[in-house]
Amino acid sequence: MTTETTPSNNWTLTPIKKPSVDWVRWVLPVVLFTLALAGWEAFVRIREIPHYILPAPTLIAVTLWQNLGSLMGSWLFTIKITFWALFLAVTGGVLLATLFALNKWVEISLFPFAIVLQVTPIVAIAPLILIFIDSTTAALLLCAWIVAFFPILSNTIIGLRSADHNLRDLFTLYRANRWQTLRHLLIPSAMPYFIAGLKVAGGLSLIGAVVAEFTAGAAGKETGLASRILEASFRTEIPKMFAALVLVSLTGIAIYLIFNLVGKLVLGHWHESEVKSDR
Amino acid sequence: MTPLLQLNALEKRYGNGTLALQGMSLDVAQHSFVSFLGPSGCGKSTALKMIAGLSPVTSGSIEWAGSHATQPEISFVFQESTLMPWATVFDNVWLPLRLKGRSRADVQTQIDAALATVGLSQFAKVYPRELSGGMKMRVSIARAMVTQPLLMLMDEPFAALDEMTRFKLNNDTLAVWQASQFTTLFVTHSVYEAVYLSQRIVVMAARPGRVIADIPIDEPYPRSEAFRTSERYNRWCVQVSSALHESAA
Repeated sequence: MTTETTPSNNWTLTPIKKPSVDWVRWVLPVVLFTLALAGWEAFVRIREIPHYILPAPTLIAVTLWQNLGSLMGSWLFTIKITFWALFLAVTGGVLLATLFALNKWVEISLFPFAIVLQVTPIVAIAPLILIFIDSTTAALLLCAWIVAFFPILSNTIIGLRSADHNLRDLFTLYRANRWQTLRHLLIPSAMPYFIAGLKVAGGLSLIGAVVAEFTAGAAGKETGLASRILEASFRTEIPKMFAALVLVSLTGIAIYLIFNLVGKLVLGHWHESEVKSDR
Repeated sequence: MTPLLQLNALEKRYGNGTLALQGMSLDVAQHSFVSFLGPSGCGKSTALKMIAGLSPVTSGSIEWAGSHATQPEISFVFQESTLMPWATVFDNVWLPLRLKGRSRADVQTQIDAALATVGLSQFAKVYPRELSGGMKMRVSIARAMVTQPLLMLMDEPFAALDEMTRFKLNNDTLAVWQASQFTTLFVTHSVYEAVYLSQRIVVMAARPGRVIADIPIDEPYPRSEAFRTSERYNRWCVQVSSALHESAA
């Protein structure tokens, strides 16, 4: 036999066009948000609503500026609890999900505990945690961790199981060991699901930190934004309450944007959820 | 012809009781190109997966001839290209060698050669989503051949492609097979494709899956468009089609 036929080499690569109107996705929400604030300001001024019922956005901004020093201390504390809780949720969730994926018996034994953590409302168990744990900071961290843990665990498990069955067969055929299969197939396959879980858990860890602190009713130096909100509420300093709320919201938005960026960096070059389409 | 593989009364019954394959006996010679042809559910893919060791044999046996007392180096090309979307073309082709512990630098030449063989040298750094269906399948073939397997199993690799791409890839497959001389077991639904590619066609029937004809295609290689439009090609197609229709009857 001789080789006369050679593979044809006339394939062309069509460049993927980048959309040129990226700014629209930023401008539209900013314009709408500004209009909503303007409407709120006008409503408060025209109806002469007292600031202890509904402060105008400009008054909230001024209050935020005037109390920035004290609020920033609380904000840093909330941030510390939020990111530590998230870090522990990611570490624990990923490790446990990997164990579940590698060993069915571990999953059968431990998954019910994970579900118990998920379905028990944090406001119901937070008082117990605060009784059992002396350190308020540690108790708050545990509460925030409980809320953030499950999305990471469940998403990572689904992701680890979502690897293409033909690719699994290929790894079997090439006699890949467990570590190679995990590293080269299961982890990359799980990444889109993990990132989706991370986006949810990021927001939830902030909510967990705030809710736990509300339940704890903590006071003193080591307190977060929830304590500032409670404190302002007791003193009917409604503009200050709103100022703290604005900080909580901005933090939530920042966390969402950070993990959105992480998603784009990790998945942007290959996964449909992050790949820009010019259709 | 030196034998490579012998299937002895191979049978596959699934857990739900379905008999997917019954009494399949076959000798496969080294360096041969054999196609399994038949309707859906005739056990073609099941046979391939059992040979690859991906699906356990219910009864019967698979024997590797001569020095290949144990399962030799096998590669598999699936119906879908089955590429890792997160990895570049180069990294996809590198995968089988990487799993054997070979470093990127160590196999650079080997991978470059495999990509050149399928005409994708300039796409090494591209991700699969940027490729057409035909190009993805070429990457899949490059990945399968990079280990220089003794046996190449191809499970309807071109079924999802358009006619023109399919013709091109048929020619490319033959070129790669002729250059590398690995034994090929090729599963297809298409009589025309089977006749064009094969030295031998094993016709199978469904319910239960079984072999009903074994037709040698006694035509020289290389095969080209001239063969595809020839009278002889038509005669082979008619003969194979008749065997296939008899199986349906």
